[in-house]
Amino acid sequence: MSIVVDAETKLVVSGLTGREGTFHGLRNRDYGTDVVAGVTPKKGGKDVEGIPIFDTIAEAVSERGANTSMIFVPARFAAAAIDEAIDAGVHTVIAITEGIPVFDMLSTYWKAREAGVRLIGPNCPGVLSPGKANVGIIPAQFFDPGSIGVVSKSGTLTYQIGNELKQAGVGNSSIVGIGGDPIVGSDFIDVLELFEQDPETELIVLVGEIGGDAEERAADYIAENVTKPVVAYIAGFTAPPGKQMGHAGAIISGSSGTAEAKKEALEAHGVRVGRSPTETAQLAVEAMKAVAS
Amino acid sequence: MDLLEYQGKELFARHGVPVPSGRHAATVDAAVAAANEIGYPCVVKAQVAIGKRGKAGGIKIAKDDAEARAHSEAILGMDIRGFTVHDLWIEEASEIAAEYYASIILDRSEKKLLAMLSRMGGMDVEEMAETDPEALIQRHLEPGQEFTADIAREIALDASIDEDVTDQVAEMLVKLHAVAGAEDATLIEVNPLIVTGARQVIALDAKVTIDNNALFRHDELADLKDKSAEDPLEAMAKEKGLTYVKLDGNVGILANGAGLCMSTLDVVAQAGGDPANFLDAGGGSKAEAIVDALEVITSDEKVTAILFNIFGGITRCDEIAKGIIEASRQIDISSPLVVRLDGTNSEEGLALLAGADLDNLHQEKTMLGAAEKVVELA
Repeated sequence: MSIVVDAETKLVVSGLTGREGTFHGLRNRDYGTDVVAGVTPKKGGKDVEGIPIFDTIAEAVSERGANTSMIFVPARFAAAAIDEAIDAGVHTVIAITEGIPVFDMLSTYWKAREAGVRLIGPNCPGVLSPGKANVGIIPAQFFDPGSIGVVSKSGTLTYQIGNELKQAGVGNSSIVGIGGDPIVGSDFIDVLELFEQDPETELIVLVGEIGGDAEERAADYIAENVTKPVVAYIAGFTAPPGKQMGHAGAIISGSSGTAEAKKEALEAHGVRVGRSPTETAQLAVEAMKAVAS
Repeated sequence: MDLLEYQGKELFARHGVPVPSGRHAATVDAAVAAANEIGYPCVVKAQVAIGKRGKAGGIKIAKDDAEARAHSEAILGMDIRGFTVHDLWIEEASEIAAEYYASIILDRSEKKLLAMLSRMGGMDVEEMAETDPEALIQRHLEPGQEFTADIAREIALDASIDEDVTDQVAEMLVKLHAVAGAEDATLIEVNPLIVTGARQVIALDAKVTIDNNALFRHDELADLKDKSAEDPLEAMAKEKGLTYVKLDGNVGILANGAGLCMSTLDVVAQAGGDPANFLDAGGGSKAEAIVDALEVITSDEKVTAILFNIFGGITRCDEIAKGIIEASRQIDISSPLVVRLDGTNSEEGLALLAGADLDNLHQEKTMLGAAEKVVELA
């Protein structure tokens, strides 16, 4: 088992014919992901290195049995592409695109919820289940199969932590990048719930950052619903209020959204919080040993 | 992007939200001319993107030309908590019978718009929520639901707004909500929303945040970007397409990815250092971007040492190394440079750097080691 993507994933990539879409779509296929189709309006009938292109996601679903969609289209058209994927009947949509207007995501978020479609992202690195499937831009070479689930707002921080885990000889069940936008399809809580249910996952690493209150709500959720050990890392202790730190959602407004508050909320519920990515990986390795013994 | 008060009010006016009449001025002479046109008494208001301007002496009433001139001279160039006043808004004086608070905010947690209204205006909303939480009425707007005058009226009734102006306040809320949707505003705050002596409800202040991601469909707002609020280095970085935030310390920092960059600042601070900036080189950076980034970092005179913390995923470490070598040819980097390259093509990158034999360049294997080294050298 693993979560969100696995050997059953049949992927349709919206924007496969674009430069980034081609590069990452083919990398995903090389990893072993079953990439069944690409979608670009008016390019139906063509192919990208053997992957057939359709005009619509609905055709990719009916012709090729696609069940998961990856969105790689430019920001101004991306929410419409997600909506199209939801209507086409896939069960999972993973949106990599960065820079989607938040009001576009507001309606798309509720559309996905109402349809019961799992939406990951936008502005996220995607989901990797090592040894099974990679959907998105996560460099898979830093992760081995194993039993640590990772859920993160940040891509590079996740690679950093994953690499240290790999060097320590522990691997991952799934790595889920939820994205750094103010409104994302799946929050920490949604992914924690999946990891809690996943028999292969024995420990969860949560990587958060300043802005919003997703980490605080995750802390409350962990206290009530998660029996597996959780180790966390929070970035942005030195970030000044009112400044957007790269990600659209990474901003402290007034006294809310600070790293300190998030760390305190997590620690209050027994989650160990590392001071650096390295220490976080060490805590995870220690906790794994405790689980194993 | 945060609009200045006058930009917010001009936006309101375009959407039919009642605001006092006023004029923008950037010089003392223009301010006096604007005051003359509006008539006395009028208010001279500092335009900076920070609250509590009145307490800082940034809002003054003028009764005649002489006062308008004196106040404008005093306020222009004034520093209000780190923000220099480059713009004034000259506005007709309003007679205030009551001060309310109204806002439409995107609530990230609930993924819904939140309308708030209180009859206790004039103080900040966090203070309000503490002193008299019951006076602050909060109502989430359900997805897909139309924000009707009836819903707005219910909110106004719950907030115990003066009866004779309930309909006007409700209408104001509906209009503010329309502004949010039409202009991609994630925050609209009117504090105070006033009732005048003539019982007219008008927005006496305007705090508006526009979603940067939506600026492509609002050309007129994109042009408004307050240049004065922007640090010159931040402006330079933006021109080069870099994500840069100026901070106060002396350790220049570059990392790839927003999360890793924030984390690098934290680790440098833990090692006893003081970060000079946040600079996210982004994914897949090419050598050219690294040259640009080093140019921005070294333009900050406070910087005494620089840290490159790269974990290559999509980014290739050999490209980063090429960028560093190229930059050292093009610009004079007087500060020591600590480089940590890990991940994709890190061995090639490290070999390139070693081969270039640059003065003042220190390689470190780990993020922590690199942070400690740069703090030692700074």
